[in-house]
Amino acid sequence: MAVAVGRPSNEELRNLSLSGHVGFDSLPDQLVNKSTSQGFCFNILCVGETGIGKSTLMDTLFNTKFESDPATHNEPGVRLKARSYELQESNVRLKLTIVDTVGFGDQINKDDSYKPIVEYIDAQFEAYLQEELKIKRSLFNYHDTRIHACLYFIAPTGHSLKSLDLVTMKKLDSKVNIIPIIAKADTIAKNELHKFKSKIMSELVSNGVQIYQFPTDEETVAEINATMSVHLPFAVVGSTEEVKIGNKMAKARQYPWGVVQVENENHCDFVKLREMLIRVNMEDLREQTHTRHYELYRRCKLEEMGFKDTDPDSKPFSLQETYEAKRNEFLGELQKKEEEMRQMFVMRVKEKEAELKEAEKELHEKFDLLKRTHQDEKKKVEDKKKELEEEVNNFQKKKAAAQLLQSQAQQAGAQQTKKDKDKKNPWLCTE
Amino acid sequence: MDPLKRSPPPCPSPRPSSPRTQPCEMLGHVGIETVLDQLKIKAMKTGFEFNIMVVGQTGLGKSTMVNTLFRSKVWKSTHPGTGVSMPQTLQLHSETHVIEEKGVKLKLTVTDTPGFGDQINNDKCWEPILGYINEQYERYLQEELLITRQRHIPDTRVHCCVYFVPPTGHCLRPLDIELLQRLCRTVNVVPVIARADSLTIEEREVFRNRIQQNLKTHCIEVYPQKCFDEDINDRILNSKIRDRIPFAVVGADREHLVDGRCVLGRKTKWGVIEVENMAHCEFPLLRDLLIRSHLQDLKDITHNVHYENYRVGRLNASHLLPRGPGWVNLAPATPEQLTSPRPLRACRRPHDDSEEESGLSMANPRPASS
Repeated sequence: MAVAVGRPSNEELRNLSLSGHVGFDSLPDQLVNKSTSQGFCFNILCVGETGIGKSTLMDTLFNTKFESDPATHNEPGVRLKARSYELQESNVRLKLTIVDTVGFGDQINKDDSYKPIVEYIDAQFEAYLQEELKIKRSLFNYHDTRIHACLYFIAPTGHSLKSLDLVTMKKLDSKVNIIPIIAKADTIAKNELHKFKSKIMSELVSNGVQIYQFPTDEETVAEINATMSVHLPFAVVGSTEEVKIGNKMAKARQYPWGVVQVENENHCDFVKLREMLIRVNMEDLREQTHTRHYELYRRCKLEEMGFKDTDPDSKPFSLQETYEAKRNEFLGELQKKEEEMRQMFVMRVKEKEAELKEAEKELHEKFDLLKRTHQDEKKKVEDKKKELEEEVNNFQKKKAAAQLLQSQAQQAGAQQTKKDKDKKNPWLCTE
Repeated sequence: MDPLKRSPPPCPSPRPSSPRTQPCEMLGHVGIETVLDQLKIKAMKTGFEFNIMVVGQTGLGKSTMVNTLFRSKVWKSTHPGTGVSMPQTLQLHSETHVIEEKGVKLKLTVTDTPGFGDQINNDKCWEPILGYINEQYERYLQEELLITRQRHIPDTRVHCCVYFVPPTGHCLRPLDIELLQRLCRTVNVVPVIARADSLTIEEREVFRNRIQQNLKTHCIEVYPQKCFDEDINDRILNSKIRDRIPFAVVGADREHLVDGRCVLGRKTKWGVIEVENMAHCEFPLLRDLLIRSHLQDLKDITHNVHYENYRVGRLNASHLLPRGPGWVNLAPATPEQLTSPRPLRACRRPHDDSEEESGLSMANPRPASS
């Protein structure tokens, strides 16, 4: 049953005037209460060389001591170390994750330094994307690990950006909100600092590096953001030690020639950084990460996987259809592979069978041959035996004949003698 | 901002921290709480959206109630429900307005259902309503699945459905029960006793108790749903509301003079029924629930529970489609899918085991898996 809905087009939205107090002005408060009970997530990535002051700055920013050991300079490659902390201020709970690049800038060959960082950022996006694409998902419960802000620590050389810095920032600018800061700013004199800052900014612009722009579209924050943007990159000093100044304790670094106060705006831009990062734009950083960087990643990833919004016939596809099709393709491939494997198995079995048959045949032949030779030999032996027997017979015959002759001869002899005897004996002469 | 101001001692968080995160105490004020103000500023700039649907038979005062709730003439004069012409079949009629109060902009969409339950044979009269609700979910889902998504997906999903129960004084009718059963699984439903000025206070109480029993017998979970209470405070607050559901309301958009004050009310020969007077009717309770205290909650439950349920069902169902050569022809959501009710599956938040074991019985007849 088709649903007949009378709905005016969007351009005809009427602005109604209210005749009394309705009460939905409490909506922002309702929203805020909900978010407070859920808690917030904020993830900062600190990119900079070993020993440039990343951990100290984090400690100073959040007014606490995060447990961490300083890294050595012997790391074979860049690896990222993420630590999560739960902070609470009045009724706001913040799950803060600080990701450190350990070993950045320490290697002799720094070609691949940026790769682990990019991979880490992509991995967080990927995890969120996977959660979003699940069938049974729980996004409101999801611990968001996507990087919201990247603090890029520039070494205070006083001249310009290093090529490593430019390359790394160029690779990161489309994936994360980059806020460049000059670390250990107490080593640069004030006039040099100004030149250094303008050189850095012009280099960033000429190389097309897109750093995070503080939002200027809302009246409440436009002014403060505009004034602060002028001071980019912020030159910061971090310190967790407190020094007595006047009659108060303040975070500062003590040198023989003076004390550098962290929270003094004349000394360094720490207060500006804290203001911008936490007190004014934290929500905007999170929103930019979600609506710009994450969407870009998602779009690229899905296009890579072969999904399109419209097919060649320019009919609108849905992600669902392509997903289904991909799935079926994949299943089809699996089946094909299975078939192949089965066929190969069958072939192998046949081969083996043939081999065995061959061997069997050979054995039979051998057996026959052996049998024949055996028979031949047997025959020969029999022949020989016969011959031998004949010989023996002959010999016997001869022997018998010889004996007969002998006996005859003896008899004849005996007769002769007898005859002779008889001859001699007149009496026997019978002839 | 005084950097040395000590932050108040941290109050124990209701949720245990995950093993990976370590709680850290801060030694001074950092300014994290300003994120709330930042959030407020952003929200006021983008504005809010709210979609409400009123369901009930003709003549129960739905349009008047909407006008009273939002203190303005929401409906144009050609609206079918205002008695100009009675529609023969159920038509859903939507109007969108932007109202502003103290800097807060609200884009309000009201959907009316003139003709509901008016026919002789009301079989399946809930289908257009369910179809409309699911169609909004479908629209949102399609937007969410695009490759290049909009920055802010327009939210047309119905956040709240106010169901008007005719004041018979007895109990819920079969039509009411059927519809409520189906609606409660798809959208937040707030039932109200319409035209409560035809019932005395005692009759109202009896009627209310009977309705509550009916709802319990048929396992109908109206807003605020018990299984979505987050913590003990929520539960206490919502129990108070659940005791009074359904509210006995009267709508009026004319003002009269009573004791020198100008009040909204209905003038009869035996007196003026003041809409805002708690002794006369419970309209203030309804208004407070819908607008002043639970509006965000309504939106959240719609987004996190009802929409997710729809999405799960839809994505699962598409796997059952027959395979064809090459591209799978994903048929658009069939009418059965759009109107069939789904079991209330997703639980809003996985509750901490510590809270569960502390004796609060969460006996829920339906399996609630997150």
